Amino acid sequence: MKEAAGLKVPQKGYRLFKTKNWTVFVEGLWHNNPIFGMILGLCSALAVTNLMANALVMSLAVIVILVVNSTIISILKSVIPERVRMIAYMLIVSTLVITVDLMLKIFVPDISRALGPYVALIITNCIIMGRAEAFAINNPVGLTVSDALGAGMGYGFSLMTIAFFRELTGFGSLFGFRVIPESMTPAALFSIPPGAFFALGTFILIINAIRRRRAQ
Amino acid sequence: MNLALILFASIITSNIALTYFLGMCPFVSISKNIRVASGMGIAVTIVMTVTASANWLILNKVLIPMGLQYLQFLVFIITIATLVQIIEIFLDRFSPALYHAFGIFLPLITVNCAILGVSLFAMLRVYTFWQTVAFAFGSGIGWFLAIIAIGGLRKKLMFADPPENFGAAGITAILAGIMALAFIGFTGIASL
Repeated sequence: MKEAAGLKVPQKGYRLFKTKNWTVFVEGLWHNNPIFGMILGLCSALAVTNLMANALVMSLAVIVILVVNSTIISILKSVIPERVRMIAYMLIVSTLVITVDLMLKIFVPDISRALGPYVALIITNCIIMGRAEAFAINNPVGLTVSDALGAGMGYGFSLMTIAFFRELTGFGSLFGFRVIPESMTPAALFSIPPGAFFALGTFILIINAIRRRRAQ
Repeated sequence: MNLALILFASIITSNIALTYFLGMCPFVSISKNIRVASGMGIAVTIVMTVTASANWLILNKVLIPMGLQYLQFLVFIITIATLVQIIEIFLDRFSPALYHAFGIFLPLITVNCAILGVSLFAMLRVYTFWQTVAFAFGSGIGWFLAIIAIGGLRKKLMFADPPENFGAAGITAILAGIMALAFIGFTGIASL
């Protein structure tokens, strides 16, 4: 495991921070973050970030599917024939997505309708496939769970940050509660599709600036 | 809805890449080279039209009569994977030149979210068969148009000097945003 630059591993302190699991987790959460590190899974990051509630539900759905999918693949890695592994991944992830989609339809019907096809599109989300192919297929279960949690929470962190600024500027609210005074008109640009691109571009710019400063 | 209206709206105002953000991964990663981008665009258009029609037929003639709608995602993705393989075999047999031109793109298209997304949108909006065909073909052309345009814009970037921290992905997102604003300008004419 390479010691990533800028990763502050305390010499003294909690033992948790020095374990391999933690390094793998931080790797997915920050250094190889799906959105700004590897530029994967942008479709949903752009589409569902207009409201924080949508982004939260979407992030939770992705985290659950990613962790369960990676775990199943890690357990079955000696059983899955190498030549048909892609098809095996797809069948597993489709089954999980059907389950999660039905649960969302039951428990949060309004948000499920707002998310539209984007929950089903988790099937073709590059993050799920990428983690399965790059990590789960040749690593033990424990490490795989840390890796999937790191990548999933990294995705969630990016989505929630973008959604925070898009909802605040586009609607003047957070989780549906109005926070800016009624007399101020929100900048509707950030609630429509072009605003999503601007928000994502700016987010990547800021994160890269922070990463560069920390690397120095 | 009128077929011509669906076709126009899916190409311009409700562009699959710029308003629904589908197929973003190739949009960011391969739009540096216009030749490669146009190959991908043609492949996407063909596969999208074929798979969306096939998925419509399977959904409405097989799954709904048998009460198996809950399996739709699984069936859709299997149909797409199978059809891509069949198209590949046909191209290899009848037009090897085209097959080699497409290269890696055809297998990659299986996991392109735009392909699955069009089938899902057609299902959610309860389109008829010909509406689905018009929507899928229009979306393919729209995606083609968007990726060619962004490819051209990125070529011009060589002579510009954007902040270094944007990276390739960040500046592409900003360019796509400006382009999306232009496409959305037509919304008054027709939108889905």
